[in-house]
Amino acid sequence: MNLRATARESGSVIVIDLSGRITLGEGSALLRQMIRENLGKGHKKIILNLGEVNYIDSSGIGELVSGYTTVTSQGGELKLLNLTKRVHDLLQITKLFTVFDVYSDERTAVRSFQ
Amino acid sequence: MPAETKRIEVTLETLLDSVSLAEDICLRIAASAGFDEDDCHKIGMSVREGVINAYRYGHDSQRGKKIHLVFELAPDKMVIRVIDHGPGFNLADVPDPLAEENLLKTSGRGIFLMRSFMDEFEVLRRRQGGAEVVMAKQYPASRGAGPGRRSANTKEE
Repeated sequence: MNLRATARESGSVIVIDLSGRITLGEGSALLRQMIRENLGKGHKKIILNLGEVNYIDSSGIGELVSGYTTVTSQGGELKLLNLTKRVHDLLQITKLFTVFDVYSDERTAVRSFQ
Repeated sequence: MPAETKRIEVTLETLLDSVSLAEDICLRIAASAGFDEDDCHKIGMSVREGVINAYRYGHDSQRGKKIHLVFELAPDKMVIRVIDHGPGFNLADVPDPLAEENLLKTSGRGIFLMRSFMDEFEVLRRRQGGAEVVMAKQYPASRGAGPGRRSANTKEE
């Protein structure tokens, strides 16, 4: 299943709801586009809701890292929400759990920006 | 598990679509060999990463070069070979993606994932040019029967 993405505002935070696969090609490109579009609009507090993402390959991991460094370099923050078990395990074995701020509850994730 | 080794060969063009096609073919073969859903996921993703490696680094996206996939269903394990016609590479030269200085790099995790998900992993440099990634997963029923071995080497074929 290809990646689908929609962005919504929750206070001063942008939540990007993702579903499908973040893989080499269109999936990674769409994620990059969504993050850059929101940064371009001045939104620097971004949550990626990965609750419906059950597959990420090395290219998708690279895109998450790229999004993180792009947002951070512009003075913003990018956090992750609702990891599925497979994505959780993937971030754990790649040690990226130590890099990303990860939440399982949206309200807590949004509040963490205050 | 088969009493004799069965061999399936697939030749793919160097196309983005070949990455998912290779994974789909692999998933069918792994499921028919008796692997459970979790193992199928790991084996399929390893093949995906192997083909991405050939597509992106081995062939630099040049469509004319062929990627060869070989699936061998041996009596105790499934062996997968991903063969390209690129310059080849040494595993020792691949940076460790878990090193502190590499954590924020946007690439370089494919080899690590294949190593993590498969029981055996090695890269051969082919005399005629190119790399041959060889990886294997033991069937669930074969696990624990022997000493168990995880390998990750680069060898000259």
